[in-house]
Amino acid sequence: MEWLFSLAPDFMVDFWNWLPQWIQVLAENLLYIVLIMVPLMLCVAYVTYAERKIIGYMQVRLGPNRVGPKGWLQPIADAIKLMFKEVIVPTNSNKFLFLFAPILTLGPALAAWAVIPFFEGVQLSNLNAGLLYILALTSMGVYGVIIAGWASNSKYAILGALRSAAQVVAYEIAMGFALVGVLMASGSLNLGDIIARQEGGFMSWFWLPLLPLLAVYFISGVAETNRAPFDVAEGESEIVAGFHVDYSGMAFAVFFLAEYANIILIAALTSLMFFGGWMSPFGSMADHALLGDGTHWFILKTMFFIYMFLWFRATFPRYRYDQIMRLGWKVFIPVTIVWLVVEAVMVVMQVGPWAVDTAASVAGA
Amino acid sequence: MTMRTIKYYLKSFLFLELIKGLMVTGGYLFKRKITLQYPEQKTPISPRFRGLHAQRRYANGEERCIACKLCEAVCPALAITIDVEERDDGTRRTSKYDIDLFKCIYCGFCEEACPVDAIVETDVFEYHFENRGENIMTKDKLLAVGDKYEESIAANRAADAPYR
Repeated sequence: MEWLFSLAPDFMVDFWNWLPQWIQVLAENLLYIVLIMVPLMLCVAYVTYAERKIIGYMQVRLGPNRVGPKGWLQPIADAIKLMFKEVIVPTNSNKFLFLFAPILTLGPALAAWAVIPFFEGVQLSNLNAGLLYILALTSMGVYGVIIAGWASNSKYAILGALRSAAQVVAYEIAMGFALVGVLMASGSLNLGDIIARQEGGFMSWFWLPLLPLLAVYFISGVAETNRAPFDVAEGESEIVAGFHVDYSGMAFAVFFLAEYANIILIAALTSLMFFGGWMSPFGSMADHALLGDGTHWFILKTMFFIYMFLWFRATFPRYRYDQIMRLGWKVFIPVTIVWLVVEAVMVVMQVGPWAVDTAASVAGA
Repeated sequence: MTMRTIKYYLKSFLFLELIKGLMVTGGYLFKRKITLQYPEQKTPISPRFRGLHAQRRYANGEERCIACKLCEAVCPALAITIDVEERDDGTRRTSKYDIDLFKCIYCGFCEEACPVDAIVETDVFEYHFENRGENIMTKDKLLAVGDKYEESIAANRAADAPYR
């Protein structure tokens, strides 16, 4: 905040100092929240644009290119359109839950950003149980989906909700196990520490020793966000649009925002936990402005994983429901457990890039 | 474990086939796009294109239609309604020639049936109705369309003539 004080005229600084402390803390945190939220919402809007553009390109089409130069204003136009549309609440639906469900979906997707470190020390809250917090919040999203499906009082919606519930439960376990691997490698639940453990450039990030866990985590992440090829919860070819068939206008838009906020979140988490977050891939050039560590590396890595989401959607046909369940329960969970055992042995035998550090930190703790 | 099983597991755990699929879409990302930016760019249209209907005239301005009702008879969608009367100069003419564009299936049979090449389908396909009832193409409207597009109608007939 100090740099702000140096910019502001004296009377404003005086006014600030005159405020009671709890208001100061509140205002400061609100400012930070806005600083995270506004760019995030903009990113969400432009991920929808990127999705339409990239999938269009992969299908040898051009994608949206009419609104504004090269279609850059398309998400804005979409947002305005959705805002002015009527929110239809179906008769015989549970009105409160019907309108509460979208909020419940979007809330956790945004709240999880509280513990994401954008750079060393740059995060809203330096939670020691950051990883647990993330796990808790990413699993909250499914409640929104279930409640939406139930409150709509529609068979398609409830089918979509049930599918989504079973699917998210199945993949959450694999996802959790994959994160346990990260936990073992870093010896900390604090996201800042997890990144700090990956210091030393491309080859010392966790993706290499935890490669199977990375694959499991990312694919589970795709399944968790109900994205293609795991989007049976939406399944437009069989259950229309799944849990949000009955939603329109802004209520639908909030679901839409939540889906893309979740994509960005999973992409960010993948880059944090397996690809060193804001660490530069050129470990030795840490002092250079561009090639050294910095938030831009975090953004680049996140963008890459968002791109992977879109790429998957353009490439893979939707899984059949029993195949999704088989993959989740009978493939991913065994794979993660086996790799956890392998990793445990590696940690004990002091093999691998993390071994010495982790052993020390475990001993220290 | 047979060789086949090992191969199978290796294949699925290394995502070989998934990567193959990703490579295909990844390749198409950089291919030349084939989208046509419609109002600005258009595909070429065949001279045989069957679009909006028109009635033609002879070079001296006389309408061609002799109210033989062959088109009405051949129309599979019953879209054409014709009333006949004798004009003052003793020729057989239509007093009413309506085509209901909602019924019309643009099969072109009316054009095939016409002995005097009066009713034709032009290559105009960008038209719309703003009010109820505008879907009925009356004789006046058909003649107006014919007058407006006579040049392209004649050119299209000439281009297709060798193949008929």
